[in-house]
Amino acid sequence: MSAKSYPGSDAVKANGWFTAHKWLIARRVSQFTILGLFLTGPLFGLWIVKGNLTSSLTLDILPLSDPFVLLQSLLAGHIAADTALIGAAIVLAFYALVGGRVYCSFVCPMNFVTDAARWLSKRLGLSKGWQPSRDTRLWILGAVMLSALGTGVLAWELLNPVTILHRALVYGAGYGATVALAIFLFDLVVSRRGWCGYLCPMGAFYGLLGRASVVRISAVRRDDCNDCMDCFAVCPEPHVITPALRGADTGTGPIVISGDCTNCGRCIDVCAKNVFQFDMRFHNDLPNASVSDESASASTNRHAAE
Amino acid sequence: MGEQSSSHSSAQSRRRFLGNIARAAGGAGALALVVGLFARQAQTLPAQALRPPGAGPEADFLAACIRCGLCVRDCPYPTLSLADMSSDVPVGTPFFVARKVPCEMCDDIPCVKACPTAALDPNLTNIDDADMGLAVLVDEETCLNFQGLRCDVCYRVCPVIDIAITLEISHNTRTKKHAVFIPTVHSDKCTGCGKCERACVLETAAIRVFPRHLAKGRIGEHYRLGWEEKAKHGGESLAPGLVDLPDRLPDQLPDALKGWKP
Amino acid sequence: MSITRRDFIKTQAALAAATAAGTTLAGTSVQASSHIDDDIRWDKGACRFCGTGCGVLVGTKDGRVVATQGDPDAPVNKGLNCIKGYFLSKIMYGKDRLTMPLLRKKNGEFHKEGQFEEVSWDEAFDVMATKWKEALKKKGPTSVGMFGSGQWTVWEGYTASKFMKAGLRSNNIDPNARHCMASAVGAFMRAFGIDEPMGCYDDLEHADAFVLWGANMAEMHPILWSRLTDTRLTKPGCEVHVLSTFEHRSFELADNGMIFTPQTDLAILNYIANYIIENKAYNEDFIGKHVNFTKTVTDIGYGLRPEHPLEKAKTGTGGKLTKISFEDYAASVAEYTLDKAHELSGVPKDKLERLAKLYADPNKKISSYWTMGFNQHTRGVWVNGLLYNVHLLMGKISEPGNSPFSLTGQPSACGTAREVGTFAHRLPADLVVMKEAHRDYAEKIWNLPKGTIPPKPGFHAVLQHRKLKDGVLNAYWVQCTNNMQAAPNMNEEGLPGYRNPENFIAVSDPYPTVTAMAADLILPTAMWMEKEGAYGNAERRTQFWRQQVDAPGEAQSDMWQVMEFAKRFKIEEVWPEELLAQKPEHRGKTVYEVLYENGQVNKFPVETITDNAGNVYNNSESKHFGYYVQKGMFEEYRMFNSIPGVPKKGHEMAPFETYHNARGLRWPVIDGKETLWRFREGYDPHVEAGSEVQFYGKPDKKANIIFAPYEPAAESPDNEYDLWLSTGRVLEHWHSGSMTRRVPELYRAYPDAKVYMHPEDAKARGFKRGQEVMVQSRRGEVKTRVETRGRNKPPMGLVYMPWFDAGQLVNKLTLDATDPLSKETDFKKCAVRVVRA
Repeated sequence: MSAKSYPGSDAVKANGWFTAHKWLIARRVSQFTILGLFLTGPLFGLWIVKGNLTSSLTLDILPLSDPFVLLQSLLAGHIAADTALIGAAIVLAFYALVGGRVYCSFVCPMNFVTDAARWLSKRLGLSKGWQPSRDTRLWILGAVMLSALGTGVLAWELLNPVTILHRALVYGAGYGATVALAIFLFDLVVSRRGWCGYLCPMGAFYGLLGRASVVRISAVRRDDCNDCMDCFAVCPEPHVITPALRGADTGTGPIVISGDCTNCGRCIDVCAKNVFQFDMRFHNDLPNASVSDESASASTNRHAAE
Repeated sequence: MGEQSSSHSSAQSRRRFLGNIARAAGGAGALALVVGLFARQAQTLPAQALRPPGAGPEADFLAACIRCGLCVRDCPYPTLSLADMSSDVPVGTPFFVARKVPCEMCDDIPCVKACPTAALDPNLTNIDDADMGLAVLVDEETCLNFQGLRCDVCYRVCPVIDIAITLEISHNTRTKKHAVFIPTVHSDKCTGCGKCERACVLETAAIRVFPRHLAKGRIGEHYRLGWEEKAKHGGESLAPGLVDLPDRLPDQLPDALKGWKP
Repeated sequence: MSITRRDFIKTQAALAAATAAGTTLAGTSVQASSHIDDDIRWDKGACRFCGTGCGVLVGTKDGRVVATQGDPDAPVNKGLNCIKGYFLSKIMYGKDRLTMPLLRKKNGEFHKEGQFEEVSWDEAFDVMATKWKEALKKKGPTSVGMFGSGQWTVWEGYTASKFMKAGLRSNNIDPNARHCMASAVGAFMRAFGIDEPMGCYDDLEHADAFVLWGANMAEMHPILWSRLTDTRLTKPGCEVHVLSTFEHRSFELADNGMIFTPQTDLAILNYIANYIIENKAYNEDFIGKHVNFTKTVTDIGYGLRPEHPLEKAKTGTGGKLTKISFEDYAASVAEYTLDKAHELSGVPKDKLERLAKLYADPNKKISSYWTMGFNQHTRGVWVNGLLYNVHLLMGKISEPGNSPFSLTGQPSACGTAREVGTFAHRLPADLVVMKEAHRDYAEKIWNLPKGTIPPKPGFHAVLQHRKLKDGVLNAYWVQCTNNMQAAPNMNEEGLPGYRNPENFIAVSDPYPTVTAMAADLILPTAMWMEKEGAYGNAERRTQFWRQQVDAPGEAQSDMWQVMEFAKRFKIEEVWPEELLAQKPEHRGKTVYEVLYENGQVNKFPVETITDNAGNVYNNSESKHFGYYVQKGMFEEYRMFNSIPGVPKKGHEMAPFETYHNARGLRWPVIDGKETLWRFREGYDPHVEAGSEVQFYGKPDKKANIIFAPYEPAAESPDNEYDLWLSTGRVLEHWHSGSMTRRVPELYRAYPDAKVYMHPEDAKARGFKRGQEVMVQSRRGEVKTRVETRGRNKPPMGLVYMPWFDAGQLVNKLTLDATDPLSKETDFKKCAVRVVRA
């Protein structure tokens, strides 16, 4: 135990520090880059991306809109103009390809806050606190849409800490820090991983989207697993790992199929045995089948169709 | 036994499941209500906050605006900003305060062009048709022009001068030799850009721009202004064909009645 | 749009910084006044701004002007003010008020390229006197000069004029009124032989019709416009005709608004005269008795430098008048038919004819008003005269309601610049340096040897800049005006002269203006209510005020500065032996002693100055010099128009005390009475009984009708520079904005200048409203923004830009072409183009 001082230390020893952090670094780079692209305009007059995550215009040509917000607007009774619809379609298509909750892990500015809270919570050895059902966020998502339908306005957007934080960062509007602090304290004291794991309706929305997404994590070398549990320790949604990692016995394929998976790739980083890798969802054959079965392609197709 | 217990446990789990569902649905419903109520309360726009050109009625705007701020980005002046939690304006929505920075009424209306959702109506192509609010001279007791002074700064800064705002002149009964120039806003032409409120030289502006529903009265449907109805009717009486008998007057009108018309 | 938000924020930030540096805190005076109303001391004064001369009451508390009000009993304004007057109490308290002399220094010594450092008055005057004496020794009196102001108080102008003309024996003193009123002066002298309007503001109530010629009274004379508007409103049949080269606020009231091609006012006026003659509408009796017909020399050039092609091409010089007959005159104007006037001016014929008919109607009393549209004109004296022709032909002059009236832009353009002789060719009370009799008279009053005053006129305003640039004029003092911003062709003529290493420039001002910053020495100056003063407005009304507060720091009034500077010169240093020999008693004295301790100026001892309520007022100058300086100066000036043997009568003033007890009096003040209409029997005591009308400024008591033709402008648009540029003012700011831009509310009301342009002209150039553009002329360029809406609506082919903005120096663009007669610049016409910034 003394040798295993933190999750991923084995991976650092086995693969070197960089390899054991490459997806974490990639995510941070992605998060900072995206925020940076929004800020070059207001800070330096170099306009690459205008707007914010709810809707933006890149290089004066590419519109992107958040389908979560746009769906609220639709339920509130407004049919948006083409620009926003096209932008939302592009976003939907993108996340359907790379994984819905890639938004959460690679894009969302709140991820800094919740990751920091989690790190500190563990560091201080605080209890996990309130751990409600994973479905809670789905119900909240329902409530959000219901409130838009009922009030005819984007009611949730008056409260949505994620968009408020991003607007505050990009537009310098006040109270971003307050909102971030509130979420931080909630995650730290009330419920570890509480916001992203149980409550955030945006995460729920993108999770639903991710149920059909193509790019997935695969525990392709699960046979090599030495049960060090590091992947569970770092995973923001650890329940998604079990079926893929332990599924060999029950005939479940190695692909992490749950939409809750954020494709953050941290499990790949911390695994000294290199069990995980990114893959396509239709490569979900049992390892023995994929190696020996001649109908691999047919099998792949079958899975893909599910 | 095994079956019984299994059916018992499945019934139990179904009950638990249903109970969970009910609890969650109730919670979600309660949350929706709370969010909805908060939204009701938070969507009342303060009178000094004005929406960008092309914004529809507030309820429609709050359904359509996704708070992306693209209008703010494309505004070439520091006019528009997004509301934060400290203001009374629904958070994230674009607004301006005329007294601070008014709308400059750009010919090409870049804010409307920037809006991806049509929350700012893309059919607004002539800025003169904008209806951001309505200027109202709220305080005749402090307006310098009402006192006979020659300020009329609000009039001269108006981009729609002589149409949206005019100086109506009358005789200054105190000095007996000066005119009084009353700034008069014409509600069908005022775009609510707020230049007048911004420029008012008083410590507190005597002319202010309000959202139109706060600025306008409405006459009852049960009464019509006769002269206007007649004008609408092409100058013809709505009760045509009536006669007037001649008045009996002396052949030679006394001087005092010269030019008099009955 | 090419204005990026960033650019905008940058300029906003710069402006915010600039204004923050020079502004008072909004609201301080009001907060203060809400609980101090009871012990405010109120005393009468005159507004600091335009030539209207609104009477105000000034409220003082604890040595600070805390409030003002329009004087409800002042006849001009009856308690009203325009928006500038509303902020009078804030103009003296800008944050960047100068309180110490500032000298450019390097390593502790004066250096032309040094940085401004605070110095004592002694050091300032020591350096300055050294420079002046050097110049005098090297090149004589023509190498020193002074530029003054129609904002000087009456005695400040008098003191300075006497110092230059009699003390240093240099006629190189000219006021900024050269840019403003010189053409009007020239025309008054040519037509009537005496300066200033015959009528008064009461014409505004008596007239049946008004015609505005190149005057935007709605913005530039707001209170007079209020009176004119009231007459238009309340008098049946009253009509208002407005002529200009672009549509401005006064057109709002116009029954007949006319936009004419620049310079063609000459043709329109001749057409009106022609119409009157053709229709035999002229007043035969009046012109028979009171009018001479003359014509002027033509093709006289444009007052540019002599080597300019336009000057080489001219065939005539000067303004000599030749007597002609009525028939000759009629024949001269005959070519100005309706067709021709319409063709040249572009004004629809029916409008021109309506205007001509109005003047020709014997039953309509007409008052014509003009300001810079007429005066800032390369044929300014002519065009002033052409309007007098029309009034004289009809005999519509010098009686209530019939008045050709030249409005003034400065509070004392009349009272100071014109009346006490601050022009390069003038002496007090309409006397001129060219006439020996006039010089003799002035020398006699001043107790100076004959020949003290040089006979040759000095350098006028524009010539001063040229001579500075050429190194001919080397020691120069500017007081009470912002001429670097105001004078034409700043790049080529103004700035090079100030920065010429041969020259030493001193500027007296309360604030660090563009002019002050271009100088070598800045002298901090007491302004407005910080000194006892007097202004004379456009209707010949002289208004006095007492010193209400003390100047901040070491600031001193212009008069104090001139008198103290005069102490630095021994009379032997500035006068040749032959003068000293005539008046040996002056030997060994300073110029100050000879001029001001002459037994006249220092005649009145210091007295306790009180108002009728018994409040006591300070008088800094009297305290310093030991006698009642203002009274001494005024009473000596009064000798020019009150002692027997006056060469020119008609400028009589009341004694000094009378003005402190009156709201203001219109001269000539004779037998304790004001004169409202001059030259008319019964109204003017100088007119002999039975003569009806006498234009007594002329020896034969007849006025001159002077024929002058249409001649083109100095510079007109061409392919390269395709637009006319007209410059001018806005209501919110006064002149160069040095006072009004320091009032936060006025700054906010009109923050930055912009170029007004016809929407089609903007469209053709691909400009959007609000876009940043460069306005370029052959002489320079200015960055500004396009305005296609709002108060001014120029026709296609002309742009208008106000000059108040120190951040957009529009006089980098203007041409230094002047009227060769009045030497007044044409700020209304030059050729520019507008391109993307």
